[in-house]
Amino acid sequence: MNNRKIAFLGLFVALAFVLSYIEYMLPLNIGIPGAKVGLANLVVMVALYTVGEKETISLSIIRVVLVGLTFGNLSMMLYSLAGAGLSLCAMLIAKRTGRFSVTGVSVLGGVFHNIGQIIVAMLVLETESLLYYLPFLIVIGTITGVLIGFVANLITTRVKGVFKM
Amino acid sequence: MKKNDIILIAVLLAAALLTAVGMRIWQMNNTRDAAKVVVTIDGQVYGTYPLDEDRTERIELPDGSYNILTISDGYADVTEASCPDQICVKHNHIKYSKESIVCLPNKVVVTVEGGEDSEIDGATF
Repeated sequence: MNNRKIAFLGLFVALAFVLSYIEYMLPLNIGIPGAKVGLANLVVMVALYTVGEKETISLSIIRVVLVGLTFGNLSMMLYSLAGAGLSLCAMLIAKRTGRFSVTGVSVLGGVFHNIGQIIVAMLVLETESLLYYLPFLIVIGTITGVLIGFVANLITTRVKGVFKM
Repeated sequence: MKKNDIILIAVLLAAALLTAVGMRIWQMNNTRDAAKVVVTIDGQVYGTYPLDEDRTERIELPDGSYNILTISDGYADVTEASCPDQICVKHNHIKYSKESIVCLPNKVVVTVEGGEDSEIDGATF
């Protein structure tokens, strides 16, 4: 990892942290547990396409732990970790297949983020009735995924030049 | 956007729509007159209330937090809660079998059960 990468990774961690805070202040409240805009995913997407895969994984873990310690509690950290972990796995696989553009990868990330959170909620609350939210969570994840993917694409094409220097 | 992205989005939306419609039909067919509202806290049953009887129940948690469950006109609804996100309050009222309102911070789940018991009673006649 060269110095440029380290500097950018630090910047990305800070950005993801701030975006998580904004999302914490402006929750998407439509009566569905687990639904999130996933603003921080924007940073994860940009990092995935610029800094690299390994670095993005550490960025994701650092963000969840930092945000969990600052604004939430242990159970909230568990939800985010499951969401972020599953979403990152889906995005890494989707990116490696090379069949999807930034938008497709981001959509899968958004959908799997919501699925991960609902799975943890089902385990914590010991109820399978949460499964009935799944279609709505898939739709929300797809919409936010398209939006995040669109913005991430704009940023990535502009930032990529910096890494080639 | 690639062609694959559009296919992916279309497949996801179609799958979501199909499961939503399928579940709704199943729910409507499995809701009987004797439907009950079951309240659980952290997986433990807290109380069971008939859905055809108007009432207001204050669900108290050991740590002082609460959810207020209102049953009226055959619908169950959480009308007030101490949780910070208020997702359960924003949630639409429910009446069909297996529909639920969830309060993650309080670990409270309000579920409609379709009254299968009464069907068994009816069958033994």
